[in-house]
Order: sequence, then C-alpha cells, then structure tokens
Amino acid sequence: MDQTEIFLTILGMALATYLPRLAPALFFASRPMPEALRRFLAVVPPAVLGALLAQSVLLERGQLKLTPDNLFLWAALLTGFLAWRTRGFFGPVLAGMALVAGARAFLAG
Amino acid sequence: MPQAPTRSEPSAFTQALPIVMGYLPVGFAYGVLAVKAGLGVANAGLMSVLVFAGSAQLIGVEMLGAGAPALSVIATTFVVNLRHVLFSAALSPHLSGWPRARIARFCFQLTDETFALHATRLNNHQQSTAKTLAINAFAQLAWIAGSLAGALAGGLVPDVRPLGLDFALPAMFAVLLTGQLAGRAHALAAVLGAGLCLAISRTPAAPYAVLAGAVAAAGIASLTPWAAPRSGGGRGGDQAPGVPGPGRDQTGAGPEPDRDGAGPASGR
Repeated sequence: MDQTEIFLTILGMALATYLPRLAPALFFASRPMPEALRRFLAVVPPAVLGALLAQSVLLERGQLKLTPDNLFLWAALLTGFLAWRTRGFFGPVLAGMALVAGARAFLAG
Repeated sequence: MPQAPTRSEPSAFTQALPIVMGYLPVGFAYGVLAVKAGLGVANAGLMSVLVFAGSAQLIGVEMLGAGAPALSVIATTFVVNLRHVLFSAALSPHLSGWPRARIARFCFQLTDETFALHATRLNNHQQSTAKTLAINAFAQLAWIAGSLAGALAGGLVPDVRPLGLDFALPAMFAVLLTGQLAGRAHALAAVLGAGLCLAISRTPAAPYAVLAGAVAAAGIASLTPWAAPRSGGGRGGDQAPGVPGPGRDQTGAGPEPDRDGAGPASGR
C-alpha cells in the first residue's frame, strides 16, 4: 500500500477517533446536564473500571479464566487490598507487578 | 492565578507512571505490527501522534496489512472508539469551566486509561489543570516512544513478561476501582460492569463488551435509590462527579458557567 494513501487513511482515523472524544465534552460545557443523565454518568467510572479490570484479569483470549493458576487474579486482589489499606497509588501497582514478575521467575524455576 | 491544591496530590509523572509502563510495551508491540503490515516508520509513528487509541490502531494496521479499503478502516475505527462518547460525557462536569481550546486539547488524549485515572482523581482532589494536562502528555509520549521503538526495532521483540509490565495497566485499574467504591451505587455499578462485560464477551458482541457492559451497569445502578444524591439523608456515600465543585451546584443551571481560574495559562 502506498504510504501517502496510508497517511490519508490515518488522517481519517484521527478524525473518527477525535469526534467521539470531543463532542460530548464540548456539548455539555455550555449547557446544563439533565439530572437523570448526571446520575447515570456518576456511576460510569466504577462501571467502566469494573469492566476493564474484569476483561484484563479474568479473560484470556476470550475465555473466562477463574482458576487458582490465574496469576493476574491473585495480583489484582493483592493490589486492590493494598490500595484499600494504604490509600496509596504507585505502591500497590508496583507490589502487584512484583508479585507477577516474582511468581513467573519462581515458577519458571 | 493557579491555586495550590488543598490536599496534596502526587506529581503528574507519579500518577502517569502505571500508564507509561503499560503503554511502552503495548506501543512497542503496535510499532512492530505496523511495520510488518507495511506502514513506514513515519506513518507508524504519526498514527500514534494523530490517533492515539491503542485497540483502534492495532485493528487499523491489521486491516491495512490485509489490504482493507481506507473507508472501511476509518469506519471500523469510529465504531471501536464510540466508547469515548461515554468517557467524554462523564468527565464533562469537571471540564465545564474550561476554555474550549483546553477542552479540545484534553479530549484529544482521552483514552481508556487516562479516563480511568482522571475520573478518580478529579473527584478526590481539587483539580490541578496543569497536572491533568501533564498526565495526558506523559501518557501519549510513552505511547509514541513505544511505537517508534517498535517500528524501528522491527521483528526484534524482547519479552516484557519477566518484568511484569503486562500487569501495569490491570494493576492501575484495580487501584482506581478501589478508590471508586464510595457507596452502594458505585459498588453495584462496578460488580455489574464486570459481570456484564464478561457475559457479553462470550457473545458475538464481544468487541463491545466494555462499552455495552458499562452502559448497562451504570444504567441499572443509576436507577436504584442508592444513586439519588443526598435526597433523604441516608448513607449518602456516593460522590457524583461535579458535586464537590464550589459554586457549581448553585450556578449550574446557568448557561454560562464561570471560569474556575484553577489552571495556569487560561489564555487571557
């Protein structure tokens, strides 16, 4: 494929990505939001985070992985527990990554 | 003049670090795939500059490599990124006092990960606009750096798994979710979001599992009595975006919200 044609495709992709990102924020910047919508959007962050976390931890190539050998599941539980106890941010993230890296090194022998 | 945050907030770089560590290897993988699909290094890097959307870029280069027509690649990108409508709307109460140019700049770098981070921190801290924009900049810089490194390295793919880097983003989601569990409506939304996402990912609608699962979960949770903000006292644990903003509730009905003046360089 010609690089110029690819570049023009990229410009189209950029527009197709930017419009959905920008339009709602600009729209509601200048007018009030209906109460029902505000109430809905207030619980969007936990809903999205629940979905993102479940997808990244419990799914492996589209298959549900709810077994004791799911390393990400244990690491996510540790990370979440530390975040809850310490109210920290980077510490719990690092602890989770260390558990993943350590378990892989240990299990690999 | 910019005000110091009342509660101390970690630096923008510290907060962006999990995103940076997650984006570098994934960006690297994208760069490798882009060059293998026939993109030049310049185009591979430019896509990360202009589009900045991980899953859409990976799908896009795969389609380009398979010889798909440009319009079909663009249409697919649009559909894949429709979930950003939800993110943009959900963050809009936090952006209501901003000049339009700054909203435009912020939204350009709105991804799953930056949304997740901002949705939490903009509720918990008096917002530092400089940090908000700096976090986005760090995130995209990491994405571009990873992409370029991958495009230049080509087939030479080192294994990131021994460092646990592939867990950086899931770990960030876990931390941010913990911070979001501030009441029954939020907890219900999180549990439903996880469950519905997993259920939908077993159907043909799997590519939209996060979007559809989150919309359904938030819809159900927002219709419960727990979601009513400070209606009858009760537990009242739920924080809605925008509620803590000073003056926003009193003047929120007005068509022209005041500039909050919280950020530097607000133009004039």
